[in-house]
Amino acid sequence: MSKRKIKVLVAKPGLDGHDRGAKTVATVLRDQGMEVVYTGLHQTPEMIAEVALQEDVDVVGLSILSGAHMSLFPRIREELKARGMGHVLLTGGGIIPVEDMETLHSQGFAKLFGPGTNTVEIAEWIQAEVEKLWSEEGAKQ
Amino acid sequence: MKPSTQDQSTSEARVVSSNGRAKWEAASAKAKLRDANFTTISGSELKPVYGPEDAEFDYDTDLGHPGQFPFTRGVHPTMYRGRLWTMRQFAGFGTAAQTNERFKFLLDHGQTGLSVAFDFPTLMGYDSDQPHSLGEVGQVGVAISSLEDMEILMGGIPMDRVSTSMTINGPAPILLAFYIACGENQGIDPAKLRGTVQNDILKEYQAQHAWLVPAEPALRMITDAMSYCAEHVPQWNTISISGYHIREAGSTAAQELAFTLANGMEYVAHGVAAGMDVDEFAPRLSFFFDSHLDFFEEICKFRAARRIWARKMRDVFGAKDPKSWMIRFHTQTAGVSLTAQQPENNIVRTAMEAMAAVLGGTQSLHTNSMDETLSLPTEKAVKIALRTQQIIAEETEVAHVADPLAGSYFVEAQTDRLEAEAEKYFEEIERRGGVVACTEAGYIQREIHHSAVTYQRAIESGAKKVVGVNTYVEGKDAKPEIDIHRIDPEVEREQCARLASLRERRDAQAAKSALDGVRAACKDGSNLLERFVTAAHAYCTLGEITEVLREEFGEYKEPKIL
Repeated sequence: MSKRKIKVLVAKPGLDGHDRGAKTVATVLRDQGMEVVYTGLHQTPEMIAEVALQEDVDVVGLSILSGAHMSLFPRIREELKARGMGHVLLTGGGIIPVEDMETLHSQGFAKLFGPGTNTVEIAEWIQAEVEKLWSEEGAKQ
Repeated sequence: MKPSTQDQSTSEARVVSSNGRAKWEAASAKAKLRDANFTTISGSELKPVYGPEDAEFDYDTDLGHPGQFPFTRGVHPTMYRGRLWTMRQFAGFGTAAQTNERFKFLLDHGQTGLSVAFDFPTLMGYDSDQPHSLGEVGQVGVAISSLEDMEILMGGIPMDRVSTSMTINGPAPILLAFYIACGENQGIDPAKLRGTVQNDILKEYQAQHAWLVPAEPALRMITDAMSYCAEHVPQWNTISISGYHIREAGSTAAQELAFTLANGMEYVAHGVAAGMDVDEFAPRLSFFFDSHLDFFEEICKFRAARRIWARKMRDVFGAKDPKSWMIRFHTQTAGVSLTAQQPENNIVRTAMEAMAAVLGGTQSLHTNSMDETLSLPTEKAVKIALRTQQIIAEETEVAHVADPLAGSYFVEAQTDRLEAEAEKYFEEIERRGGVVACTEAGYIQREIHHSAVTYQRAIESGAKKVVGVNTYVEGKDAKPEIDIHRIDPEVEREQCARLASLRERRDAQAAKSALDGVRAACKDGSNLLERFVTAAHAYCTLGEITEVLREEFGEYKEPKIL
């Protein structure tokens, strides 16, 4: 098993100021041994993709409670792809209706988490998904 | 009764009571206890029972009758016998026309005051057609980019008879200017307008995070609003110092109390430093608290808030008008206490939180709707939330007696405990250079964050229970069977088209010179609200006005706390 630390970008897209969830999840992921970069508030899709590239992260986790996810999430995905970061595990959470989660999933988003999610379960899920991605990469090489 | 007899009977009573206490201690030491976490929701240890030794108070100096210093028991002598609290549901979504319809629906169903929720672009001072606004227009509130939008929002609503609360902070004085101008265009003298503008920028930096310019110019705009309204809009509450968002961001009850009142004292100090007499503006300060699930802790928080504020205003700031000593506050039930799982249970949570707010003596109340962890509320959900207040007011008979829990050993002990914890924070904030320094350094944000993480861990370890989330869980990934209120993307196009047309229709020269007036006031220190009213009448947009402010004052930058 690789000892490489999983690197996660926790990002707040749009004008949404609700950062309790993002900061709590960031803290828990860090406690679970991951390296976490938190963008702070009011980030545009371009800003988020640029940080993801600069920090060379394995995971991008978006937090949104403003209802703007259907406009912002797909744009973030496009901006990541444009920077050659289409391979990252792209996840997130917030107030997102189940139908929207399904639509975003069909567009290439991994699991999205709603209110009431256990944060340790998020960490374990990320751990498992990233290890899967790494072993696939390893198999290709 | 002779004194000697009295002494004798008192000492007999003491023997009996200490016997009782010894017996109780023996019995409770042997009792088998449930496996549970016996603390408040804020994590404060609770005793199994409270007695006279826990609550030592002097009735006149620590409690006072309702309407009397220090107002622990309420700000009115007869409390809700004179008038019930104002039932004020926070509402706003989509376009001004859609929200206007919701307002009329609420007024038709017995609501007694309006409360406007703005969308994120408006809260941040952007017009609906600016690049930052893409996808956010009308989503979490109503889009108001100009006086024209405000006129549609208030269309057909008698502004001299309905009081309106506006939850806006960074650009608050500009939205207030839109409201004043809108009233003038309806033929209403500003002196007749009643309402509140939140205008509490410190808690934005600390918790809610919709800001505009840095602290110094932001505080100046607040002071400008206070002095302008004292003269022209005397019935307007120029600020609503808010603990709600601090609590929702994760603070404990004591932190909510402490940081809110510390912010309040900072605004008072600024008003005084700007040369105003404290009694000139302090009666127009209003407050806004959260009502969370811990029933008694919340009631005690409201009581402690009144007592602390009265003492600070009289003894620290030397206010002489009793109206300056009174905390009048709005309450909203706790959004964070709602669950996406089994959403109907939220009706019960909200009812109990609303009851705590009423027993705590609130002046107005918003009850959350059961569906708010999923989307903006549907009309049905909002109606149930409003009916919850009406049931408390009309059926439970709790509104007949002021501060009914006073004198309870437990309630007085917790009120004292919360006051003492707040005082400790006041000292710590002072030691760290005051509220502005503590905010700019991220101290307050970090304290709130630590409490949020502690609470989350308590839920995840099972120390604190949440029905439907970590206990009595039903089908884990089941989709809630509940209607969702969605915002049509057409709203954004419609709003952008109207703005474009407004820019065509208005007198361009008047708009330009009004904006120049704002810029001049930024530089020369004259009252900004006065210039905003002129700019509103010239149909300058929110984004145009804030652009001037951003150019002149710069933008606020959040400190890194993580």
